[in-house]
Amino acid sequence: MQYMLMLYLDEASFQKADKATLERRHGAYNAYTEAAKTAGVLVGGDRLQPSATASTVRLKDGKSAVLDGPYAETKEQFGGYYILELPDLDAALDWAARCPTADHGTVEVRAIWPM
Amino acid sequence: MSGEAEAHPSADAAARRAAEAAARQSYGKLVALLAARTGDIARAEDALSLAFAAALAEWPKSGPPETPDAWLLAVARRRLIDETRSRQVRSLAGDHLRLLAQEIEDAMQDAMEDVTDADIPDRRLALMFACAHPAMEARIRAPLILQTILGFDAAAIASAFLVSPATMSQRLVRAKAKIAAAKIPFRLPDTPELAGRLDAVLEAIYSTFALGWADASGGDARLGNMAGEGIWLGELVAALMPNEPETLGLLALMLHAQARRPARRSEAGDYVPLAAQDPAQWDAALIDRAEALLYRAGAMGRPGRYQLEAAVQSVHAARRISGKTDWLAIEHLYDALWIVTASPVVALNRAAALAQTRGPAQALAALDDLAQDARMAAYQPYWAARADLCARSGNIVAAVAAYQRAIGLESDPAVRRFLQAQQARLPPA
Repeated sequence: MQYMLMLYLDEASFQKADKATLERRHGAYNAYTEAAKTAGVLVGGDRLQPSATASTVRLKDGKSAVLDGPYAETKEQFGGYYILELPDLDAALDWAARCPTADHGTVEVRAIWPM
Repeated sequence: MSGEAEAHPSADAAARRAAEAAARQSYGKLVALLAARTGDIARAEDALSLAFAAALAEWPKSGPPETPDAWLLAVARRRLIDETRSRQVRSLAGDHLRLLAQEIEDAMQDAMEDVTDADIPDRRLALMFACAHPAMEARIRAPLILQTILGFDAAAIASAFLVSPATMSQRLVRAKAKIAAAKIPFRLPDTPELAGRLDAVLEAIYSTFALGWADASGGDARLGNMAGEGIWLGELVAALMPNEPETLGLLALMLHAQARRPARRSEAGDYVPLAAQDPAQWDAALIDRAEALLYRAGAMGRPGRYQLEAAVQSVHAARRISGKTDWLAIEHLYDALWIVTASPVVALNRAAALAQTRGPAQALAALDDLAQDARMAAYQPYWAARADLCARSGNIVAAVAAYQRAIGLESDPAVRRFLQAQQARLPPA
């Protein structure tokens, strides 16, 4: 079963953090990605550009309307994701707890709809 | 009723405190007793929660009763009887059955009138043995004990065990249904099977403790005070089965670990490994109590896993007096533990002792044997130990890689920072 770990972070706190903290976080994400890879569970994952760069699109009266900014203004912003291949939700929650985001943000875990 | 409660906030608060105290002290006792006859834990819990609700409504008006346990038990029993009766009436609709149920109820009422709290037998141990029965799935045993003995709700248990709340409550419901349907008995096992069955009870208690202990800063509300709950359960089992040395061994082990809890973090919140801890920060009273328990257990002449693990902690604790650690003693204790458990965790700890007694090369060879075990791939302590040993034997490239694995697998931010600092401190390869 594949699970998506959706990473929500307070972007403002990232901007305020000092260089050493950012480096340590960066190192932690690298280590986490590698650990998932070597454990044979990593399917994919990416970090996203800040939510300020987002645009939303929807059709309104048959015409597409484009808006600046993310879909929802939230205290923590969607900043990246991992997709992991794991036997069950318990294992997915274990990997979510290890994800560095769990320390300074929120990790949402969802099973991927099998196609 | 709610209007009255608002009008008397102090009586309300007192009643609430009394009900909470009764819940904390007596929940498991009352569930065990209520479920003992029918084997139906879920129904016993439902009846008891109605009794607690009645207490919150009644006690502010009348004041808490002199014997809260007996009061709650009487109300809960009445609920159970009412429910049984209405079920029987529904299914059979016989007048004579209804009358019979009425008679039973009256007899029960009479029997309950002059019961004091001291008369209520303690069936908690029997309930724990039912929860940790071999027919129960191993992973549900500790959660089930937490719920039935201590009255934790499913969401709190789920967070502590890192399982989704919906899954946990489903598992708990299924487990209770199984106890009722399969008629898993509420009794202490006979002597021949006691050791094995007791081990399952102790393991469930220890896993509860370990969850809380892993939360070193104590700031994780998710884990609540699971270490304290584990010790509380350990005290209970040790008090109820004082002639089983392993119950004392487990309690000694938990107290030793708890004694070092405050020393595991610096004031800045950084992780402090055991070797770097200041023994003056260990809780001397807890250590003394653990040592006394271990001595009593040892005198019974039946060693076991928990006594051996407590003995390892005892050797570490001796550093507060001798100023050094007897690693050879620890190595021998882990040899014995390996014979008893064959657990990879024991093998890993044994390797750490080997590093002290015979050097990092021998310890690394022991780790290589362990690497065959597939579980090590995602086991953080294995990689942290490996990183340290590689660094000490001068293999910097391997040390960097092993630290990287350990950092990626760690979930405690303080330990992660510690490992990152260790990695950064390595000399260039």
